[in-house]
Amino acid sequence: MFKKILIANRGEIAVRVIRACRELGIAAVAVYSDADRSALHVSHADEAYAIGPSPAAESYLNIPKILEAARQSGADAIHPGYGFLSENASFAAACAAAGVKFIGPPVAAMEMMGSKMRARLAMEKAGIPFVPGVSRGLASLEEAVEVSARIGYPVMLKAAAGGGGKGMRLVETREGLRSALGSAQSEALRAFGDGEVYLEKAILNPRHIEMQVLADEHGNTVYLGERECSIQRRHQKVMEEAPSPMVGPELRRQMGEVAVRVAQTAGYANAGTVEFLVDQNRNFYFLEMNTRLQVEHPVTELVTGLDLVHLQIRIAAGETLPFTQSEVSLRGHAIECRIYAEDPDNNYFPSPGKITLLLPPSGPGIRLDSGIYEGWTVPIDYDPLLDKLIGYGSDRGEASARLVRAFREYFVGGIKTNLSLFRRILADPDFEAGNLDTGYLDRLLRSRPPAPEQPDPNVAAIAAGVFALLDPPPDTHSADAGPTTASLWKKITRTEALS
Amino acid sequence: MIYHVTIDGKDYRLELDRVEGRWRCKLDGREVQMDAVLRRPDVLSILIAGQAYEVKRERIARETHLWVGSARYAAELRDPRSLGSRQSGRRDQKGPRKLVALMPGKVVRVLVEEKAEVEAGQGVIVVEAMKMQNEIKSPKQGTVVKIVAEVGASVNAGDVLAVIE
Repeated sequence: MFKKILIANRGEIAVRVIRACRELGIAAVAVYSDADRSALHVSHADEAYAIGPSPAAESYLNIPKILEAARQSGADAIHPGYGFLSENASFAAACAAAGVKFIGPPVAAMEMMGSKMRARLAMEKAGIPFVPGVSRGLASLEEAVEVSARIGYPVMLKAAAGGGGKGMRLVETREGLRSALGSAQSEALRAFGDGEVYLEKAILNPRHIEMQVLADEHGNTVYLGERECSIQRRHQKVMEEAPSPMVGPELRRQMGEVAVRVAQTAGYANAGTVEFLVDQNRNFYFLEMNTRLQVEHPVTELVTGLDLVHLQIRIAAGETLPFTQSEVSLRGHAIECRIYAEDPDNNYFPSPGKITLLLPPSGPGIRLDSGIYEGWTVPIDYDPLLDKLIGYGSDRGEASARLVRAFREYFVGGIKTNLSLFRRILADPDFEAGNLDTGYLDRLLRSRPPAPEQPDPNVAAIAAGVFALLDPPPDTHSADAGPTTASLWKKITRTEALS
Repeated sequence: MIYHVTIDGKDYRLELDRVEGRWRCKLDGREVQMDAVLRRPDVLSILIAGQAYEVKRERIARETHLWVGSARYAAELRDPRSLGSRQSGRRDQKGPRKLVALMPGKVVRVLVEEKAEVEAGQGVIVVEAMKMQNEIKSPKQGTVVKIVAEVGASVNAGDVLAVIE
């Protein structure tokens, strides 16, 4: 077993992995950029090393600096988390060359699955069902026209080099193809440095359902159940759950067995996720494989009772899987909400800044994987994920009720967050019925929001006076209030002596 | 103590004091049965006629908000001694309004010129932060009196970008 693991990441996932290391009796090494010196993961680690200025390219994406920190600390393994270098085959190879174990799949598996087109080609050969289209980058507009005519409109143009919605275009008719192709290519070039675009049949209102797989380094591969990830805003996941409300035992078995075949075809080891699109007739198609631990792994952990990060570490240390497929069982239901520093009233624009007040939820069935604390200043330089709030219950209704309750307790002050979005989703009849597809959230956000609840403003008026009496803001210029806020407050409440 | 409080643009007169550990409260002349404790800085537990409320105070840029449960109220400034009105919520339509940066970033584009007429909701300045561009819109119909922001300049939360009359 490893003695010391370096976590090449930050935020909530770094805290998560550090916790697993602690639980396994392994020393945890953190790395931090200038912006993250005061971050939670640095305080939780046993050792911490500075790796440079705040921009990711100069710190968390800087392979030599990370390997240097590993060398200095004597770490014998590196956990890459998600994002950053987690799916970077060169990084995995560099770790091997440096004699440090990369906690993840083999380099060859990352390379095969790293390119969506290469993955499609490999899956085609293995007889895995996937969305009809072309697996290579489109060479010309003529080719795009020909393929589209063959598979039928609507079609989806996609960037070969990356995701997140960049370089994606839905094309409904032949007439729209030329301009869509041009703009998809230039957007892909700007986002990923690679303008290659391929083409698939567009599945209308699909559900995005992914299967967690786990393989040891001795050839044993299992599936651990699916996650429903259809609640997305502009192709970014916002809320996930396990199991999927539309997947029964038979479909789960079919998808699970295909996912295992995908993993085996790739020569996969460690934790991975096979993504499928499921159409309205319950046909499922391979989309891609993510060769890393995912953000939404907690929902799978809660319904299976397994600790995926522990298992990742143990697999990387050479252990065989401690259970067989028939011993994997699902129990209960878990729903995760990704809490972002975003402004829901301003198109979800990122909202960095200082967290002046944090009242986190807890209690039965509530798991909070957090990377924040009160007084922390959320930096501009990274993805603004603050934490993940997961509700677990014996069934979907109970999990949902626990989340609704938790959102009443949860308060983040000082920055804007998307907390109100989840209150709205949880109260929505389509969500309650499990009527989800990847267009669900964009549709919900286009519909009229419910009237905001405004309990008696008299309460606020009385509270304003009580605050002035019991908790007056500082008079002097301070980092918290600033002179304008203090004078603002004084002007709001003019006091007069009682005669 | 007598307080003049403004919540979401509405004025209240509040009489508040504590006598032998018990609160005395009158809101706009009406007696209210109330008890309150400060649970921690910025968090109040208030009981009003048996109903329990948790009220949080929050300060972002130059604004102060009070949250009752998950409902938010603006605590507004009204100082009769100052000229014109200062920036408030969406209710105040008259007087010059300042366009303010809500978060740190960089000005990448100025969409209108000084003296231009703008509609409510029309984009005035584009600020970039976290690799996303955000169009700051005019809160009202009016004339652009002044563009303060310069293309290429870095801005902090609370910085004035433009003034619309």
